[in-house]
Order: sequence, then C-alpha cells, then structure tokens
Amino acid sequence: MSRDNILHKIRTALGRGAGQAVADPPPARIRIPQVAMEDRIASMLERVRVLAGQAVVSDDPRAFVANAIAGKSAVASNAPFLAECGIAGLAGVRSGITNREELRQLCTTADIGITSADYALADTGTLVLFSSPQEARMISLLPPAHIAVVPRARILTGLDELFAVLPNPAEATSSMVLITGPSRTADIEQILVRGVHGPGLLTVVVV
Amino acid sequence: MSTEFAQKSHDAMADPKLQLAIYTSTARLKQNRIDAVSPAALPDYQELRAHANAIKKHTIDNLDHYLEVFGRNVAAHGGKVVYCKDGTEVSDFVLNLAKERAAHLIVKSKSMTTEEVDLNERLEHHGLESVETDLGEYILQLAHERPYHIVAPALHMTRYQVADLFERELHAPRETVIEKQTALARSVLRQKFLAADIGISGANFLVADSGAVVIVENEGNARLTTSAPKIHIAVAGIEKVIPRAQDLATFLKLLARSATGQLLSVYTSFLSGPRRAGEIDGPDEFYVVLLDNGRTRLLPDKGKRQSLFCIRCGACLNTCPVYRKIGGHSFPWVYSGPIGAILTPQFMGIQHEPALPFASSLCGACGEVCPVKIDIPKVLLDLRSDVKKSDAREGRNRLEKLGFRAFAWLMTHPPLFEMAGRIGRSMGWPTSRKGPLGAWLSERDLPPLPAHSFREMWRRR
Repeated sequence: MSRDNILHKIRTALGRGAGQAVADPPPARIRIPQVAMEDRIASMLERVRVLAGQAVVSDDPRAFVANAIAGKSAVASNAPFLAECGIAGLAGVRSGITNREELRQLCTTADIGITSADYALADTGTLVLFSSPQEARMISLLPPAHIAVVPRARILTGLDELFAVLPNPAEATSSMVLITGPSRTADIEQILVRGVHGPGLLTVVVV
Repeated sequence: MSTEFAQKSHDAMADPKLQLAIYTSTARLKQNRIDAVSPAALPDYQELRAHANAIKKHTIDNLDHYLEVFGRNVAAHGGKVVYCKDGTEVSDFVLNLAKERAAHLIVKSKSMTTEEVDLNERLEHHGLESVETDLGEYILQLAHERPYHIVAPALHMTRYQVADLFERELHAPRETVIEKQTALARSVLRQKFLAADIGISGANFLVADSGAVVIVENEGNARLTTSAPKIHIAVAGIEKVIPRAQDLATFLKLLARSATGQLLSVYTSFLSGPRRAGEIDGPDEFYVVLLDNGRTRLLPDKGKRQSLFCIRCGACLNTCPVYRKIGGHSFPWVYSGPIGAILTPQFMGIQHEPALPFASSLCGACGEVCPVKIDIPKVLLDLRSDVKKSDAREGRNRLEKLGFRAFAWLMTHPPLFEMAGRIGRSMGWPTSRKGPLGAWLSERDLPPLPAHSFREMWRRR
C-alpha cells in the first residue's frame, strides 16, 4: 500500500522512527493591532472600493437593498441577520430555501445573491463566510452580483485577529471562504476582467 | 546542452512578439510584487519571510508526523486521504471512483501538481471528460499546451490567438475583445460546472491541525469546482502540509503579494471535509490525494530539501533574466524559471536535462524575492556539482574536465601562465565554431582580448 510505503520512505530519508516525537513548531506569529471600530469601518469601505466593489454604511439596510434590487430578482441566504433586517422578506427576494437542487436553480437565474458574513477583515476589505444551514455556498458564487450585509461588530482588524478568534476554523464549518473583491482574471494579455466565474459586482453593506 | 532545450530557447529569443509578451507581463507582475512588499506596504515583510521559512523547515524535517496528523483530522471531518506514489496511482484512484459512482464529467481547477502527472490526458484516455476551468488553463487545454508560467499560464498568448482558438474549438463567431472572450468562456464553463459529477482541485496548503485543504484563486472556478459537484478530490504534493491554521496568517500574507501584488487573492477557501448535517450545498464526498511523484527523493539531502518549501508564487520567474528571455516552454518540464531549474533535476533525475542548472547567471535575484527564502542559487550550485560528478562517473565530458585541470595547473605557474597569455593574445580567439570547442563556444560570448595583460600594465605603471 502506497501510504505505508511513502511514509516509510519519508522516515528513512529524514532519519526518523515511526511515531517519533516532534519538537514544537515555531510559535505561530499572530500580531493584532489596536484599531478603533470607526477606523476599521473606514478601512473596510476603502479597501472594498479600491477593488472596484461598492461599500456603504447603512442604518437602514432594508431600504438600501430594496433600492439595489430595483425590480431585479434576488436570492437571499437563511442568515438570521438578513431576516432581522427585513431583507429576506423584500419583494423580489427568494429566501428560506433548504433544497440543494431548488437553490441551485434559483442561483443560476437570479440577478443578485444576498448573504450576511460571519466576519469581515478591515485591513484587506475581506468578507469571511462560513458554509452552514444558514449560509449556502452558491448564493455568493453563482449570481452575477453579490450583496453582503454585515453587522459592524463583526469587523476584525485582519487575518491575525481572525485566526486568533478562530484557531481552528474546521471546528466551526466545513467551508470557510475569504472573499476579497469581485471575481477577476487577467489571464489574457494581463488585462483585468471582472466577473469570470464568480460575481463581477460586489456590494458590502455595513450595518 | 541538449538540442531541444537550446533550440527552444533560441526560438523564443528570436520571436519579437513573444519577447514583448514575456517582458511586459513579467515586468508588471514584478513591479506589483515590489510595491506590495515594500516597507511602506508591509513593514514586517522580512520577519514574515524568516518565519515562513522556519515553519516550512520544521514541517519538512518532520513531514511524516504532520502528514499523519493531517490524515487523522481529515478523517475526523468525514474525508479520506489517499496516498499515491505516481501519476498512474492518481488516475487509477480517480478512474475507479468515477466507475463506482457512474461519473463521466470532471471539472478541474488549476493545479501544477496534476500537470506533473498529465492527469487530464490520463483520464481522457479512459473516456472521461476532464475540463480545466481557470480561464488561462482552459485556453491552454483547448490549445493542447502546457502552462507557460506558474501563476499566469497563458502569458504568452495574445487576444488574437485566443480569438482563433475559440472560433476553431468552440465554433463561436470570432471575438477579439477580451471581456467578451472571458464571457464566452464563462458561459461554456458554467454549464460544465452545473453538470459535473466530480471536481478536482489542487491545494495551496494542507493544514494538519484542521484536516483542511486551502485553495487560493481569483476567478471563483476553484470554489465552483470544490462545491458544485457531489465529489471533491484535492490533489496535493506531500510537501504542502503546514502545522496549524494559524500559520496561514503568515503564508497568506506572503503568497498573493509575491504572486500578483494583491493583499489577498479574491477567494481563499478553507475546506475541511464534505458538507455537514443541514448544509444545503457542498460536496457529499471529500478526498485528498497526497502525491509523492519523486518528492521523497529530495528528502535525504539536508541542503537541497529546502526546494520543497516552494509555495508556487512565481516571483522567481518574473525576476529571472533567463526566464524573461527564454520563456516558460523552453524549460524541459512543467515547472519553469529558477524554481523549475531546481525542481526538475531533482524530481526527474539530473540527466533529464543536465544543462538546466547551468542555465542561470547566478545573479541571486530568485533567492532575494522568494517569500519562503529558498536559497535557489545555492541549490543550483549543488546541482551543478551533482551533474559534474555524474558526468565523471559515466565518463562524459572528459575533454572539458581535462581542459579545466590544465587551466588550473597553468594558473598556479605564473611564468607559464603569462607566456600562454602572450601567445593567446597574439593568436586571438578561435573564430571557428567547429571542433571540440564548438559546442562550448556556441553558448558563450567571448570578451575582446586586451592588448596587454594586467601584469604587464602593472609593471609599466
């Protein structure tokens, strides 16, 4: 069996015995800066905009999203925060889907996917989404536009703080995705094109 | 030097359009990196590099341990780890699984590791359809070409070549606007994603303490590959493992900056196992193929072992004066540039292309830009030494060796050396490229001969 064969080759090459103890790895390098919430929000908005996304702070996310939908079709995740904000119930928004095929069908035809986010990273303008019964993967992926509605308390300073809060993300979810700007490519002549496979339009609404 | 490597290099240098394409693309990537790791943009860049190097060193020195921890944690989340020694074992595994699940269509996201073993060709040979979904890789699959660059695979192609290709292969009206070409590929590939039975991805990192596969990309095709089909298979080299999720705070900061100058790539997926209870979408089955394919051969040598630290950012290609002239397809295997020059001889054996470690000016730029501090110039020198030792064992290049020995002897005898110099200067360099020196001189430019030697000038000062 290749497993035992390969592990044996590795041990022989490294001069290690099976099950031999290992010294501790160098300590993880986690540096969390002190950044006030107002500055985090400002950085989040700026970074998303630099990446050609739209970013706003809104006291009335329901009105903002309703305005953004403006007659188009949308599918919203089952995130409690979207229901709380009244977004799941907006006209033109389909929500509450629990069937894989139905969700996939809706996401291939909808103009906009609406999600919340588990965290956001201020210094890179990143959304952090956990896959869960509340948050399906396809909603932020298949429609040509993605709107994420994020409570401001969820904005962390950056990657270091994320991995300090979540030393092992696998305990929380089978799939954590960090989204930093709209889908893009530069594979032909290094010319930047947005919306290759994922959404070409990204809107972050900080509540 | 083998004729194929030399010929391809000469052809690339004689093609002005190709030279311009390589130059402009690598110049942009190179500058993006410089800006992104400048002290103003990333003050602790050098500390991060040193730390990344220390983690990689620790992990590779204890590789068996971290692979076992990784395997246990993948299993704990409902996934399965499969060890494969070579490409045949990888394709056998995929073929068997496809047969058991009655699967026909495979979507693939970018993976240099699967390029190593020509996975697409192997699967298609057995009647499966395996479609590359990264835009650049898709173009290359249609053109039946290998990646030209680790991160910008179709760097050598123009929009007009893509237009011809799409017209011919996709039977669509000719289109030369890049946005529209991209939209066409999107619509063709979207149908593939929705119909695919299996998704095969690579992996940028394997996280031991989480049993997770981390994939970094910009297009979204890797997210679709790993979440739309019911089966996800990640194929990764055994060296990709890192101890902890927290180490990503170091590696993710370095990877995208070094590759394209981005702070983070658009999508970073951290995947641990199949979908869990109640999740609406995601794969039902999750496999991680751990590939050896020659990697264990690198481990015994403590110096050259560092070649396995590579995180495939491509920064060494963009900065290399040799890569920037001869391009990616001149290199004899899937990995090009300085990293290719050290990986290829070690994975494939030094006689695969003995000239490769010598195709470097040893300027040191590759080592300077490497985000995990691989001392590429040092490894190149070690490999040169290996090539020469192998030549000596097999009795090759005896004349060259004899020549250098004579030269060394001459240099330790100053009066004779001076006399030889005088005779040489009066005769001039040999102008004929024929004879025993021909091959040696064909790749070297000789400087003009001075009228007087340094010693003569010193005496007359």
